[in-house]
Amino acid sequence: MNAHPYFKLTATIALALFTAMACAASPAELQAGYEAQAGPGSKGNAHRGQLFFTSKHGKDWACANCHTASPTVDGKHATTGKVIGPLAPAFNPERFTDATKAEKWFRRNCNDVAGRECTAGEKADVLAWLQTLKR
Amino acid sequence: MATLIGAVLAGSSSQAQTINAAAKYQQECAACHMAYPPGMLPAASWTRILDHMDKHFGTDASLDDATLRELSTWLPANGGTFRRVREAPPQDRITQSTWFIRQHDEVSSATWKRASIGSAANCAACHAGAAKGNFNEHDVRIPK
Repeated sequence: MNAHPYFKLTATIALALFTAMACAASPAELQAGYEAQAGPGSKGNAHRGQLFFTSKHGKDWACANCHTASPTVDGKHATTGKVIGPLAPAFNPERFTDATKAEKWFRRNCNDVAGRECTAGEKADVLAWLQTLKR
Repeated sequence: MATLIGAVLAGSSSQAQTINAAAKYQQECAACHMAYPPGMLPAASWTRILDHMDKHFGTDASLDDATLRELSTWLPANGGTFRRVREAPPQDRITQSTWFIRQHDEVSSATWKRASIGSAANCAACHAGAAKGNFNEHDVRIPK
């Protein structure tokens, strides 16, 4: 029983639209996207990612100041004290499932930490590291 | 009849916009701190705050253009509705408002600095119902 081609096309378009609107993704897909942006042969490196995350970059804060050096646990906003849920996807499944949201927070937080946007390579590195943190 | 339908449609659409803006306010602002009641600052303060979201009290809290436009209408429109809110407080900080300082004059500076409180911006430390807009002084519990 084959679906009518028109139905199949409509379903495909609807799915594509839904995906584009919700920007639904997995952490691995987001990492792959950043690797593609960073250039051919680029691969996220967990060690570099951890180093970036836990080091200061010329300003007052490192990522780890709010997210903790091992972001499998709750962190705390540096100025407001508000609790920040774990950043590692294995400990907080909603992390890095929305490309727009991930970009928004990279934009804001890289500016606070490094005074600039992070490069696609740096984002891929951090994502690679966060995905190595397992239960 | 057409006018009536038009009015109903216009009404429901502006109501939908309000709900949407309130949800955006929660989503974007309450990610880092309590969604302070819009009425606690005058419209001019909200406009200034929204104009500098990339330098928001020491952090980059920049918004996408669509959200910024939405909140730039909604927040000033709902600003200044609290009883004593008239002038813009210094640095557009709620906690620097004359009414805020007077309301909290019995709280010592050591109390504000307790680890359980952190700063005057942490309303919910003592006002458990703050996120729901309850600041009734009979419900205040100052943590140790």
